[in-house]
Amino acid sequence: MSPTRDEQHWMYRNMVTSRRFEEAIAKIYFEGKQPVFNMANGPIPGEMHLSDGQEPVAVGVCAHLTPEDVVTATHRPHHQAIAKGVDLDKMAAEIFGKATGLSGGRGGHMHIFDADVNFACSGIIAQGMGPAVGAALSRKMQGKPGVAVAFLGEGAVNQGAWHEAMNLAAVWKLPFVCVIEDNAWGISVAKSTATAIENNADRAAAYGIPGKRIEGNDPFAIYEAAGEAIARARAGDGPTLLEVETYRLAGHFMGDAEGYRPEGEKDALFAKDPIPKMRERMQAEGTATEADLDSIEAEAAARVDAAIKFARDSADPAPEDALTAVFAA
Amino acid sequence: MTKTNERKLTIARAMAEATAQEMRIDPSVFVMGEDIGPLGGVYGNTRGLIDEFGAERIRDTPISETAFIGAAVGAAMDGMRPVVELMFVDFFGVCFDAIYNLMAKNIYFSGGNVKVPMVLMTSTGGGYSDGGQHSQCVYGTFAHLPGMKVVAPSNAYDAKGLMTAAMRDDSPVVYMYHKGLQGMGWLGTEAGATVHVPEESYTVEIGKAKVVRQGRDVTIVSLGMGVHNALKAAKTLEGQGVSAEVVDLVSLVPLDRETIRASVAKTGRLIVVDEDYMSYGVSGEIIASVTEHDISVLKTAPKRVAFPDVPIPFARVMEQHCLPNPDKIVAAWDGMKAA
Repeated sequence: MSPTRDEQHWMYRNMVTSRRFEEAIAKIYFEGKQPVFNMANGPIPGEMHLSDGQEPVAVGVCAHLTPEDVVTATHRPHHQAIAKGVDLDKMAAEIFGKATGLSGGRGGHMHIFDADVNFACSGIIAQGMGPAVGAALSRKMQGKPGVAVAFLGEGAVNQGAWHEAMNLAAVWKLPFVCVIEDNAWGISVAKSTATAIENNADRAAAYGIPGKRIEGNDPFAIYEAAGEAIARARAGDGPTLLEVETYRLAGHFMGDAEGYRPEGEKDALFAKDPIPKMRERMQAEGTATEADLDSIEAEAAARVDAAIKFARDSADPAPEDALTAVFAA
Repeated sequence: MTKTNERKLTIARAMAEATAQEMRIDPSVFVMGEDIGPLGGVYGNTRGLIDEFGAERIRDTPISETAFIGAAVGAAMDGMRPVVELMFVDFFGVCFDAIYNLMAKNIYFSGGNVKVPMVLMTSTGGGYSDGGQHSQCVYGTFAHLPGMKVVAPSNAYDAKGLMTAAMRDDSPVVYMYHKGLQGMGWLGTEAGATVHVPEESYTVEIGKAKVVRQGRDVTIVSLGMGVHNALKAAKTLEGQGVSAEVVDLVSLVPLDRETIRASVAKTGRLIVVDEDYMSYGVSGEIIASVTEHDISVLKTAPKRVAFPDVPIPFARVMEQHCLPNPDKIVAAWDGMKAA
């Protein structure tokens, strides 16, 4: 099952939007942080985890989702948020810590919540699993349509929370898909150093569910595998585990010197950048003309510019509003 | 106070009745936890529910507290009203991220755009030689961390009303019930906890303390089992011509500081009784709530009767040496009088 022409255009638009967004964030992030880097300074303070290179995972999966479906993401959530349809203006404003942000500045970039499209995050490794499995349980119990997808990094599978939640999803046969983004690095620790097996999809056998690894950071292959997994979940046949090979083109966080990377790794990864590859493939297969792609890129850039402007122009929150929204109104 | 023709229930029965009544009118309420199905909960608080509601809504879980408490957060955000059981509060060590980083923070992180209507019920307390990983209260640990309402009933009337209020709350509520008040046949129970409970559904307000005994000379503030110790001490003191007022906190979060302050303003003396560890906990918070507001109301320095800062010991004589009891409360008064 290949994505339709329209789906390919949607996927490309979201990949480019995510990349342009991250580029804009990266540039602004260093405002006020030079010549001396201090994470606390500038219009975007705090840690910043960029997802450049990982866009195929977000679009290949989210192409199959509707706003009613549930997604939980990680400390590195922007590409998934964009592909899930999180309001880009409000997300940008949240990253800037503005009053108009998704939570009015209470959460920040690791805590992106948009109830309108059922998107939530946790900055703690593997802790998006429980809530996603719970949302899947909720749908099953209510007899309501919708599946839940938890995105995690490959380091998360070594957390107890991951195992507990996979077992729960399997024993209760829930409409759930776990998507492991294998970018090969847990901050500075290589997957081979941290994980006893090469292919985390093999772990699916431990829960009696299907597991599949998708190589090559290929949006088309991810689309196909995710389509099967999500269809299986929608049909009531239970969860699936997917592991996707992807590339972290940036450091773990902004300011990461990446001294742990082997010589030449970054150059090799940039040579495999999935965005130009998708552009070439669509042109080669005739699903998009150069003009189509240029137009998509221009639209994405304009969308990002507007979101960044919205964030910059928005007011800071009233400091005392920090004391509100601890409990439900 | 209870008339002979009035129905008395244990806290366990009261919790189960509240849950059943709410489940009948609200299909989004369900229960999950370890041994809450056919067994009816190790502490009896789900007994009989599976017969009426079935295994879908009375859901036994694997021994995976991180998974099922995290799942409750996700289900609550998706429109359900889960009630989850952490069998012993001591087990929070294996699942606290789901509790304090997810359950307690997701409302705030969403700016109030999501609700997390869930109840985390958990057993507390020792006194029966269950050792240091099955006997703690850790009230202060939960009450310290923002984003969770925390209640701790001392009797079955409050237990039922608090349970119903907790299930109807759109924020997470940690419901801490004391094993020694629960009314289990295999574990001694404080008789004062088993009281008249109306058959109809009702709520007890979360965040409202109760003056359970009026007095003039000293205020004894406590919660859960400590309320019964305080009432027994008050009776002893009455024999000595001392009039003790007893405040049952009922809730730790929100804390009803007004009721505490009003009582101490009247009596001028304060003893706090807490089965949780002494330092950095409930007892210090109660005293600070009075003194930072108006230290002049105190005629003498306040006293605490709390668990010393040691793990809960196993040997009976050692554990009893550490636990609060009526004699220690009377001794605290004696020390106060001597000062």
